[in-house]
Amino acid sequence: MSHHIEITVNGTHQALDVEPRLPLVFALREMLDLTGTHVGCDTTSCGACTVLVDGTPVKSCTMFAVQADGCSVETVEGLAAGGELHPLQKAFWENHGLQCGFCTPGMLMTAKALLARNPRPSEVEIRRGISGNLCRCTGYQNIVKAIQQAAAEQSTAAAAGD
Amino acid sequence: MAIEAPSAPVLGQALKRKEDPRFIQGQGRYLDDIRLTGMLYMSLVRSPYAHARLVKIDKQPALAVPGVLAVITGEDLAGLGLHWMPTLAGDKQMVLATGKVLFQYQEVAAVVAESRAAAYDGAAAVEVEYDALPVLVDAKHALDPGAPLLRDDREQKTNQIWHWESGDSMATAAAMAKAEVTVKQDVYFPRCHASPLETCGCIADMNKATGRLTLYVTSQAPHVYRTVLAMVAKLPEQMIRVVSPDVGGGFGVKVGVYPGYVVAVVASIVTGHPVKWVETRTEHLGSTAFARDYHMNVEIGATKQGRVQALRVHTLADHGAFDSQANPSKWPAGLFNICTGSYDFAAAFVDVDAVYTNKPPGGVSYRCSFRVTEASYLIERAMDVLAAELKMDPADLRRKNFIPPERFPYTTPLGWTYDSGNYPANFEKALGLIGYDDLRREQTERRARGELMGIGISSFTEIVGAGPSAQFDILGLKMFDSAEIRVHPTGKALARFGVRHQGQGHETTFAQIVGSELGLPAADVLVEEGDTDTAPYGLGTYGSRSTPVAGGAAALCARRIREKAKKIAAHLLECGEHDVEWADGKFRVAGAPERAVTMQDCAFAAYTNPPPGLEPGLEATYYYDPPNFTFPFGTYVAVVDIDPGTGEVKVRRFLAVDDCGVVINPMIVDGQIHGGLTEGFAIAFMQEIPYDSEGNCLASNFTEYLVPTAVETPHWETDRTTTPSPHHPIGAKGVGESPNVGSPSAFVNAVVDALSPLGVRHVDMPLTRERIWRVLREHGVVSA
Ligand code: FES
Ligand code: FES
Repeated sequence: MSHHIEITVNGTHQALDVEPRLPLVFALREMLDLTGTHVGCDTTSCGACTVLVDGTPVKSCTMFAVQADGCSVETVEGLAAGGELHPLQKAFWENHGLQCGFCTPGMLMTAKALLARNPRPSEVEIRRGISGNLCRCTGYQNIVKAIQQAAAEQSTAAAAGD
Repeated sequence: MAIEAPSAPVLGQALKRKEDPRFIQGQGRYLDDIRLTGMLYMSLVRSPYAHARLVKIDKQPALAVPGVLAVITGEDLAGLGLHWMPTLAGDKQMVLATGKVLFQYQEVAAVVAESRAAAYDGAAAVEVEYDALPVLVDAKHALDPGAPLLRDDREQKTNQIWHWESGDSMATAAAMAKAEVTVKQDVYFPRCHASPLETCGCIADMNKATGRLTLYVTSQAPHVYRTVLAMVAKLPEQMIRVVSPDVGGGFGVKVGVYPGYVVAVVASIVTGHPVKWVETRTEHLGSTAFARDYHMNVEIGATKQGRVQALRVHTLADHGAFDSQANPSKWPAGLFNICTGSYDFAAAFVDVDAVYTNKPPGGVSYRCSFRVTEASYLIERAMDVLAAELKMDPADLRRKNFIPPERFPYTTPLGWTYDSGNYPANFEKALGLIGYDDLRREQTERRARGELMGIGISSFTEIVGAGPSAQFDILGLKMFDSAEIRVHPTGKALARFGVRHQGQGHETTFAQIVGSELGLPAADVLVEEGDTDTAPYGLGTYGSRSTPVAGGAAALCARRIREKAKKIAAHLLECGEHDVEWADGKFRVAGAPERAVTMQDCAFAAYTNPPPGLEPGLEATYYYDPPNFTFPFGTYVAVVDIDPGTGEVKVRRFLAVDDCGVVINPMIVDGQIHGGLTEGFAIAFMQEIPYDSEGNCLASNFTEYLVPTAVETPHWETDRTTTPSPHHPIGAKGVGESPNVGSPSAFVNAVVDALSPLGVRHVDMPLTRERIWRVLREHGVVSA
């Protein structure tokens, strides 16, 4: 038995018929071909699957697609608006904030939500903010640096826009 | 911050990584991102018992699940002769169990279905009847007379797998007997797991019409997989293509060939469809190759003044149910006999006994070069035990015993010849940077107040870059590696390698090597790895061998191109070849350096205007057989504070001063060091896979197998010294594993140092809060 859901993904309206037990991550990856969102565990521990649902970071392995009915979902594929890299993407690249890249999409989405909540986080706040996302490669230090750089850049841009 | 690629490439620049744009935009192509037309999914049924007779498997309930197409058991594979497969270590391993199971989570049956969910449902529905057998969990009891015999399939009716030794036992015994001071310590390196963020998986695609098998697989060594598959499945090797797409971390766990891959190939042959199998995290931690599990006993003999003389090590190695390590064939304990470390011992002897237990097989080099982490941890720990016995500062003990710089190349009593090193310079730099003497003064003050502060040093030597073909092979395949470079007419190049990166940055660093050898911007060199149809043959990326071996191949292959280009340059410059010099990235006329042509000019001419008699085109292949290993080294210092009430250890500072020879890209080197230190930290404090007395795995997912988050991970301070490798074409040594090899001992030494006023000499890893709290309680620091 499948359910009809309607969600907005990266600004595009999508109508899907899904099994009620289908995790959101598989709807994104296998029905919408948005494979940037990864799966790294089966205990809601790693955060590789993090997407934003109505602006809130959510581990999409632990939310059913049917629960996202009517919501707006943002994935890593939606970050570079108009082909221009998001300040976080740029900062991860410039600061070597990734190695194998498997955690990166989830990390970026968590960081985006963190900066939306707290535009100038301290190092401790950043480390706490990304503590639901595991990275096995980088040791986090350059990820923290990247988020600090993006925060600085975004607040400069915001100040210039005032 | 990283920089954009400049027009003239230079080694040593922090170029931004070329692989990153796809990863930061969610456009990587990892195994599970690949979906083929008509693809089916496979899920495995696994044993809940650690040792049990298989009584009966009922497929019917699974076949009744909608979407399930096939159930495959060990008996089905037996019909094809595929129920067992050879391991890289010369043992054999069950693919799907027949007769009995030997560890919890062992592969028992496979269910193939139209969807992922149906495959899981099907696997849950298969009914298996077991008859439990006595379980052997503790390696220390494996050779007891009453121990259950695990591998009754073998001729030898014992749980002993092999015995291996290195060094001169008589000379060592004599030196030990004469020594004024001896210390002895049991040290256990716990069973842990590399567990990269992407688990293992594959898609097997047997095209019945062409007879060709394509295996997409999370592999660090795709060519080895192709050859193993050809041998195991008896398929002609040209009819197999192995593709290792983007790999989400490996750290050694993606070197071996796992039963799931073989079953997926069979499933694809049986169903005529591509079949995907991706492990869950539980399957990964529960069954896929573990690391370490070495029970070591170490003895050092020394003079009263602290000059070390003899080292003796006995080791009991727990290999689990099958010996499926991925070590070089002639080296069952890997390079464990590097355990004399950075110190000048006159005599040494090491032996290792490997045994079977009812645990998963493995013994992979988890971010290390074949048991080097165990060796380095052991000697660095033992030096501190000796320092405690002698009441000597561990820094002074190390200073007294370093192999002096003028003795390189230096041959150890266990047979290795270290290429180059300057240990005192590296050591003093580290101690100066961290302010060692001030820290010791502060420690004295704090101790007087009853506070627990510790300083731990590790001054390790690594051995990487397996390996010289005379002694190093896997299944007979010599451990060379290869590069193939094509320079296109417009002066842009494609470079392919036999190794396979998993985050190390080869697409950037190898482009830097090739670019700097050819006078091309790194941006103009595209690096490709991972497809056996296109890449030259190579043994893969592990054991920090990419830079020492494939990096050497990259440079020498580029030089081969340069030789040919020189002939073309002479033709273009209208002079004799001996009048042409390569200087500042161009071919110049000797004595008239302004008369010059670029590599781009030569490339164009190679296809449009080759000199008469010269074969057109500009490409080369190079197979590099390294003359020796490289021996990176470093000094790590950890400073810790222990909460006397809770046992919680806080890492206040950690400094790593590495020497990895010539650096190709300092940003990437620092990144490798951060990552390796974090894994070393994790091993020291958090990561372990324990088993209960029934053989139940007690850490089969990330809620129990604790890997550090950004909150626990300390801030890393890094610096370097540079001692080039004399034999490597560009003087590089490799770095990916040093931080993981060298750091656990620094952490443990720091914690033991903090506890030393209580009389503590050693505590086994992982140093969890609970374990430290128990030590504190034993010594009356906290009351029960
Ligand atoms: S896949 Fe690990 S938290 Fe979702
Ligand atoms: S970059 Fe590999 S897991 Fe984070």
